[in-house]
Amino acid sequence: MSEEVRKPRPAPDPASAKYKLNMIAKQAYDDVAEAKKRGELIGWCASNFPVEIPETLGLHVCYPENQAAGIAARGGGERMCSIAEGMGYSNDICAYARISLAYASGAEAEEQPMPLPDYVLCCSNICSCMIKWYENLSRELQIPMIMIDIPFNPDYEVSDAETAYIRNQFLDAIAQLEKITGKKWSWDRYQEVMEISGRTSRAWLAATAMARYVPSPFNGFDLLNHMAVMVTARGKPEAAEAMETLLKEYEENHNKGISTYRGEEQHRIMFEGIACWPWLRVTSRGLRDRGINMVTTIYADAFGFIYEDFDGMCRAYAKVPNAINLEYARDKRIRLCQDNHVEGLLVHTNRSCKLWSGFMNEMSRQIGAACEIPVVSFDGDQADPRNFSEAQYDTRVQGLTEIMQSRKEA
Amino acid sequence: MVFMGIDIGSTTSKGVLMNEEQAILAQHLVHAGIGTSGPAAVKRELLAAAGLQDEDIDYTVVTGYGRRTYAEADSQVSELSCHAKGSAFLFPDVRMVIDIGGQDAKVICLDSHGRMTDFVMNDKCAAGTGRFLEVMAGILQMDVSELEQEAAKATQTLRISSTCTVFAESEVISQLAAGAEIPALVKGICGSVASRTAGLVRRMGVEEKVCMSGGVANNGAVRRAMEEELGTEILYSPLAQFAGALGAALYAMEKAGKEKEHE
Repeated sequence: MSEEVRKPRPAPDPASAKYKLNMIAKQAYDDVAEAKKRGELIGWCASNFPVEIPETLGLHVCYPENQAAGIAARGGGERMCSIAEGMGYSNDICAYARISLAYASGAEAEEQPMPLPDYVLCCSNICSCMIKWYENLSRELQIPMIMIDIPFNPDYEVSDAETAYIRNQFLDAIAQLEKITGKKWSWDRYQEVMEISGRTSRAWLAATAMARYVPSPFNGFDLLNHMAVMVTARGKPEAAEAMETLLKEYEENHNKGISTYRGEEQHRIMFEGIACWPWLRVTSRGLRDRGINMVTTIYADAFGFIYEDFDGMCRAYAKVPNAINLEYARDKRIRLCQDNHVEGLLVHTNRSCKLWSGFMNEMSRQIGAACEIPVVSFDGDQADPRNFSEAQYDTRVQGLTEIMQSRKEA
Repeated sequence: MVFMGIDIGSTTSKGVLMNEEQAILAQHLVHAGIGTSGPAAVKRELLAAAGLQDEDIDYTVVTGYGRRTYAEADSQVSELSCHAKGSAFLFPDVRMVIDIGGQDAKVICLDSHGRMTDFVMNDKCAAGTGRFLEVMAGILQMDVSELEQEAAKATQTLRISSTCTVFAESEVISQLAAGAEIPALVKGICGSVASRTAGLVRRMGVEEKVCMSGGVANNGAVRRAMEEELGTEILYSPLAQFAGALGAALYAMEKAGKEKEHE
């Protein structure tokens, strides 16, 4: 058999959103590494921690979840998870945590290096188990941990009491960081950051919402790459500019009737759960080979924050997808399915993610019933490649395709 | 015209030849699945049994875990759709199929036209599948086909509480060491498979007219335990293990017809 001859890829266009977003994601790591070299104190930050706080203070932080995803996507997940297991961590716990704890212990990860932190910023709104991960980082590295507790919300709105509880914690986190780093908080600077973060978020959410068009002007897997900037840099002006470029490109694609999705978009699905980073190509190809475009996922929208003032910011961070009740979470997803003309739901059951997988069976059943779409789940993991079976994934996706096809023909 | 459906599973290969009147011309099973000479042997035996040549087959559909690597087929369909179609052929009123194969268990819902409308499969663990029964039969020095008869002798049931195949193996060995009655143990083992799969069925909601397909369906002790678990009759055909291949042959007929229309 002759080897596949790949066409050389054209040089990336520096004016394109893809180029800009990739550069911002890379620059985020470079900036932190440079700051560390200069002797500045740098932090590790949870992905749904209010980025506006370190950004306003002019602090350099990096994101262990983003690093773990990068390591896993580039093939280092199993090695790092095994190191953590050798340290005594169970393979039942979050693979991001295992990778991060292994890295913090000194294990090298050329796939995505980043400097060790001088403090950690934890926020429980994305995952309550994360508290133990960050506590261990804090203890092992003997560095301060700033903890923001955002209670699980049983209601649809954030009460005044909850807003006050969060506001006081945000203010306390600012005071602690001022003390640790010697930097000073400026409300004028905060206003600027808030406006930039809002600008970035509005462009991002508008871009993801372009999937409402049939065919979609983009392949949903693009979002999984681009969201890195939403996690790490949404308070930076270059991020806002790049997201506006992305939105413009999607609008142009729609006007021209083209898409970054290669091939004919025959079916449209929603993907539920974290991406399966070690198997991203396999999971993507399994869909593309069958004419399926993953047009929407709550995971991408989770990093867009729209608010008008400090209290609004408190409420926004209390309404992230993993901090809300099943009914509200379900309704948000139903809306995404309806807005984006979704025909099927593919659920990634990630048993090391207790929060996301715990209520997934029931929530996806309710979404399927409300939207009258088939729901199919597969076992995987966001960063540990050992918890995924390609054959099982393939059979389930083919079954989903056959149901969607059969419904169209009926 | 002649249509072939071939179902290449993890432990067995099954094939069915069918004519355009939907009459089964031949069926054959070989205890060798994906990555073996099993599929070729099935085809050879089918042709010999029907007195046909290779070129007499007008259209072939392959299904099962080996469907992607079998180059001789005209097209491939998932085993989910094939078990649905094959089971609806055997039982036209069936609305739910429980298929327990060598390495997975599936529960498939059907509409009144025999089309798959929904399904759920076991997670990545092999507990509750045919492999579980094979491992247990091995410990008891039996063939898996002997389990039903052995369970029928039981006057009581010794429950196997572990869901993990490896842990269940230790549990069975401990029971044997403690002098447990083998029929009671076998009944417990069969009940364990039924109990685990019944959980999947309940997730979908038990529909009227349930049948079993796949190799484990041939085990009456599992079927009876399933009936007790679900409180409903489980329909069974001696062709249950061929349901996937049967469905594939029916798809072959449909696809050949569509291609003809396009010509």
